[in-house]
Parts: sequence; structure tokens; C-alpha cells
Amino acid sequence: MKDMANKEKEAIFTPIGLKNSDNGKIDKSVKLPPATKKKHKSLGLSEEDVTEMYRLMYLQRRFEERAMQMYQKGKFGGFLHLYIGQEAISTGTVFALNDDDDIITAYRDHGWGLVRGVTVNEGMAELYGKATGCSKGKGGSMHFAKTENHFWGGYGIVGGHIPIGAGLAFANKYQDNGRISACFFGDGAVDQGSLHETMNIAQLWKLPVIFVVENNGYSMGTAARRHTVGEIHERAKGYGMKSALFNGMDALTVYENMKKIADEVREDSMPYFVEIRTYRYRGHSMSDPQKYRTKEELQEYQKIDALERMKTYLIDEGIIKQKKLDEIEETVEKEVLDSIDFAEESPFPEPEALYEDMFSGTPHFHDDKNN
Amino acid sequence: MAVLQFREALMQAIDEEMDRDEKVFIMGEEVAEYNGAYKVTEGLLDKYGFRRVIDTPISELGFSGIGVGAAMNGLRPIVEFMTFNFAVLAADQIINHASKVRYMLGGQASVPIVFRGPNASAGQLGATHSVAYDSMYAQFPGLSVIYPSEPDDAKGLLKSAIRNDDPVLFMESEQMYGMKGEVSEENDYIIPIGKAKIKREGSDVTVVASGKMYHIAKQAAAELEKEGVEVEIIDPRTIKPFDIETVVKSIKKTNRCVIVDESHPFGGMAAEVGFLIQRDAFDYLDAPVQRVTLPDVNAPFSKPLFDLWLPNAKKVIDAVNTVTYRN
Repeated sequence: MKDMANKEKEAIFTPIGLKNSDNGKIDKSVKLPPATKKKHKSLGLSEEDVTEMYRLMYLQRRFEERAMQMYQKGKFGGFLHLYIGQEAISTGTVFALNDDDDIITAYRDHGWGLVRGVTVNEGMAELYGKATGCSKGKGGSMHFAKTENHFWGGYGIVGGHIPIGAGLAFANKYQDNGRISACFFGDGAVDQGSLHETMNIAQLWKLPVIFVVENNGYSMGTAARRHTVGEIHERAKGYGMKSALFNGMDALTVYENMKKIADEVREDSMPYFVEIRTYRYRGHSMSDPQKYRTKEELQEYQKIDALERMKTYLIDEGIIKQKKLDEIEETVEKEVLDSIDFAEESPFPEPEALYEDMFSGTPHFHDDKNN
Repeated sequence: MAVLQFREALMQAIDEEMDRDEKVFIMGEEVAEYNGAYKVTEGLLDKYGFRRVIDTPISELGFSGIGVGAAMNGLRPIVEFMTFNFAVLAADQIINHASKVRYMLGGQASVPIVFRGPNASAGQLGATHSVAYDSMYAQFPGLSVIYPSEPDDAKGLLKSAIRNDDPVLFMESEQMYGMKGEVSEENDYIIPIGKAKIKREGSDVTVVASGKMYHIAKQAAAELEKEGVEVEIIDPRTIKPFDIETVVKSIKKTNRCVIVDESHPFGGMAAEVGFLIQRDAFDYLDAPVQRVTLPDVNAPFSKPLFDLWLPNAKKVIDAVNTVTYRN
């Protein structure tokens, strides 16, 4: 204890991390609000919808687990930031939004791609840097996109895509097309100035945009309470912006809240600031030794895993039999394994591709005779 | 030809393009109710209303990013900076996003946006209001950089920039806004991006100068003419793509070259063009290429120091005398 007291004294700039717990045996980075008690029917979802929600979550989970294995085998390089643990957010959201509403996110983007039209093959091939990838192998893990389905991609600069998300909303309002945009980012991004500039302008200009913090408790390796002051969702107050806080470990809760918010934003064209609390099971990226958190904390969240929760719900509600569920899982598993074959067998981009996709209009490359 | 101020030529270009295409809008600090910090957007609010002429808070990063997102989602924004010195706050959006989004998404998005405003020094404004950014942005693939020197170029090139399907940085100068010049009255007057213009013909030495530097090159040429030295002035007008062919062709005639560049010396336009000339016109050179740039020093406030700092006609004349061995 004496040691702890000394550490506290030394920590003159930020609170210290592990073993600084005073809230029970497990020191959770964030507190999780309760999930909805409503059943799918009263939320307006069919049995097919909730079954599909489970399938989508399972797809994201298995895609990334397999991707991780391939990465560890050295099949492809670059960064690999896994979404595992957070799948209820992407899944609940795409059911809540219209298919032509615009979605943009940060670099933890595989799940978002898969729920918004990036096929399993295109996703895996992108990780491998193949020409058949969703971004032709030019973007890799951090830059999945499917703009024809209004998924504008993953972005690698923390907070950099936040004003762009508002810009998508600006264009929707300017063109009066009835679409809204939803911009997702992690809790680390709430400390960037880009968020604050954008929130001010969005409120001022009444942009139909939902800013969503997927608060997974850690800005890379720094716990939320060590990187930001106060409650994140309360930042909205400073801008007079409407806000919400809810549980992100349950797809039905995400759906319920995002549906209500999306309807409201579409109706009154005023922005919303949303904090969804969640947890990522894996490290920040593949090179993360995760010394900043305890195994116990991780296990606490895995006990309330969104996939297990939905699976139990489907069985308990008699929506689906175990046998049918197994079939869904087997189909997804096969799809994912096939995508690895597809990615491995796909060609790399041709050398000419180096110069392609730079310009929409007339291309120009300085001093190309040198290359 | 009509005689217009630089700012009027810019305003005509914006007005014509807004009139032509509903997707074009302008935003920036003081562009609407104030009628533009330098009156470039004067009258546009009255004509197009608050939907298309939009005052922004002082949030360069925020409104530039909103411009990028709006461009990706079907619009053609013109983003005005009160000066490119302030655009440094928006560099993440220009450098990391506008120039890269299309490529990293494998061609799935376009960013047809114009970032415009005054560039470089405007007198004694101190170190943070005096930097020329054209060379810096020209470093980045995907961006076009235009720095015109006369109202006619400004009008034709700004119209091209607004119609361009990729990001363009269009640089002006506080000190040139009031400058008058003849502007084509041709209907829908367009100057293609990336074409240099020979603005003065001469046989003795080629001087390359754009933007405000064109005007000091012009002064130098008038002085040198009295001494029997005929200067050929090439205004690249576009820094990127750079029209090196026109410069090399001129050097094949004059065999000597001076580059005037308002940037600092390291890695600037003068350095790059100098390299290309030594590689592509080595056998035609009768003297090493010389350059006139800012020194590798921040802009001072004090008038005598400021005058030492900024390139002027005398420095251009000295450089011409060096390459013609008249020193």
C-alpha cells in the first residue's frame, strides 16, 4: 500500500493505471449501462432480422479470428486492428439506418465493411493486398470501403474523418435528399480538436449527422479515465447538442437507440452525440502486449459477449433451433475459409496499378520519366 | 478585354461557376455577410443566399474536412482561407485526406474541391503570416497547385480549378488583389491547368517566376532592358503540374536561367526546377542556374530587415548578371 501511495505521488500529470482500483475487485475502464429489456418484436424487428443480426456478428467475429491467424502466419503485412467484442455496434446500427444513409469510421473497420456490403472475399483479399480487394489492395486493413453502399471507409488518422463525416451530412442537407450520416470513432478520438471544431459547426449548421464514440475503454493502451476528463457523452452539453449513452454489448440495445436517434436526426436535422460503451477483446493492434489491463477485466466482458447473448436470445425465444444455428455458423465458417483461398489465389495488383486511382480527372505525375 | 482588379477576376470566376453548377458553393471565414476579408466574394451572398455562400467559424481543420466530405458526397466546394498561413491548421485535411482518399479507397471516391486564399508575404505581418506554401503542397501527389500572377490568369485558371475533378490549391496574394489587368471577355474563359505562359520574350536569359514574384521579375526585366539585356519571363502559373517543357524550350534559346521563388530555399520550386533543368538542358547551359528565394530565415517584422528578407528586383538583376557573367 505504501508503494501505491508513492506511485500516486509520482503521477503528477495523469492518474496511474493498473492496480489503482478502488471500485471492487475488478478495475473496469468504463461502466456499462444496462441493456434493453425489450424483445425484438416490440422493437419492430422480425425473427429473420434477429437471426440475420446473429449471422452478421458471427461473420465479423470469424472473419477477424481467421484474419488474425493468417496475419500471425505471416500471410500479409501492415496493421491489423481487430473489432472483436464490438460487433453489436456495427450490426445494430446497420439495421437502424437506411441503406443509403452514409457511414464512415476509423481504422477498426473490418466489421463495418462486412455489414455494409464489402463481401467476405473482397475483405480478405484487401487484407492480403490483392487486386480483388474492396479497395483494390490500395488501402489494406485500415481502408475498407464500399462507397456504392454508402460506406465511405475506414480512416487511419485518429479524428481525421470526423469533419469528413459531417461533410457527408452537409452534402445530404444541401441536396435535401433525406439521408443522414453516422460517423464512428473510438474514445481516443474524443481528445482531438477535430471533434470539437466539427461538433460546433454541426450544431451551428444543423447538420444531420450522428457522432458516435465507440468507447471500448482504451485509447490504444491508455484507459479512458487516464486520457480524458469527465464523462464523454457529456461533452455534447458544451455545444447544446443532444446526446445519448448506452450499452454496446447488445445488438438489440444498439438497434433500439440508434433507430430512435436516426429517426430524430432525419426529422429535425439536428446532430446527435452518442457514446456507446463496449469492449475490445484483442489488443489495439497485433503488436499489443496488453499490459495496461487485467485478464479479469477482459473475462468480465467476455461473460457478456454480444454473440453469446444473441445466441441465447434466439434459442430462449424459440426463434431458432440449435441445429439451424449450427448450420448458420458452419456456412459462415466455410465462407470465411473460402475467402482465404480466394485471397491467396487472387492476383496482386499489376505494376500499372501503382499509378491508377490517383485522379478522377486528368492524371498528372511530376517527373514520371524518372520512375 | 476588360480591365479588372485581381479580386474582381476571381469573383467573376466564382460567380460564373456557381451560376453554371448548383453543386458549387463557397465557404470560409467572412465570405458571406462581411463580403470577404479581401472582398473577393463581394455580392455573392446577395445573389446566391446563405445556402451557397457560407460563413464559417474560425475552425480551419473543421470546415476544410467538411468540405472534403461534401466533395466526396457529390458537391464541389470552394473553401476560402483568409490566408494559407492559417490553412496549416487544416493540413491534416488537405494532405492526409483530400490528396489521399481516392487512392486509398481504390478509386471509390472523388474529391473535387478548391482550397483558395492568399499565399506568402503581404508586408510586415511577422513570421506566421508570411510563408509561401505553394512548394510545400506541390510535394504531395494528387494535389494541383496554382499561383497566378495576373487577373486574366486568375480568372481562367480558377474556373478550371472549380471544374477540376480532384483537389486544387489556388493561391492568391493580399498585395495583388487590387492589381488591375486586362481580362478576356471571352464567354466561359478557361485556361488549362499546367500550362506556363511566356509573358515577355527575350533572347539573353530565361527568368521563371510565378505569383507575386512575376511582378518583381518584370521590374528587373525593365531595368535590364536599359542595359541591353533581354529577359524572357516564363510564368509557370501552375506550380503543379509544372510545365517544364516550356522552360527547357526557352533555355535552349537563351542558354541561361534564373528562377525566382517566394518559398524558402530547401526543396522549393526553384530547387526542383533547377534540378530538372540541369538534367534536361545541361548541354544548353552557358552558366549554372541561379535562384532568388527567401533566405532560410523566418519573416522579420522590422522594415529594414523585412526588405532584406523578401526577394526584390535588385536580387533578380544580380542573379541575371551572374548567369550572364556581367558581375
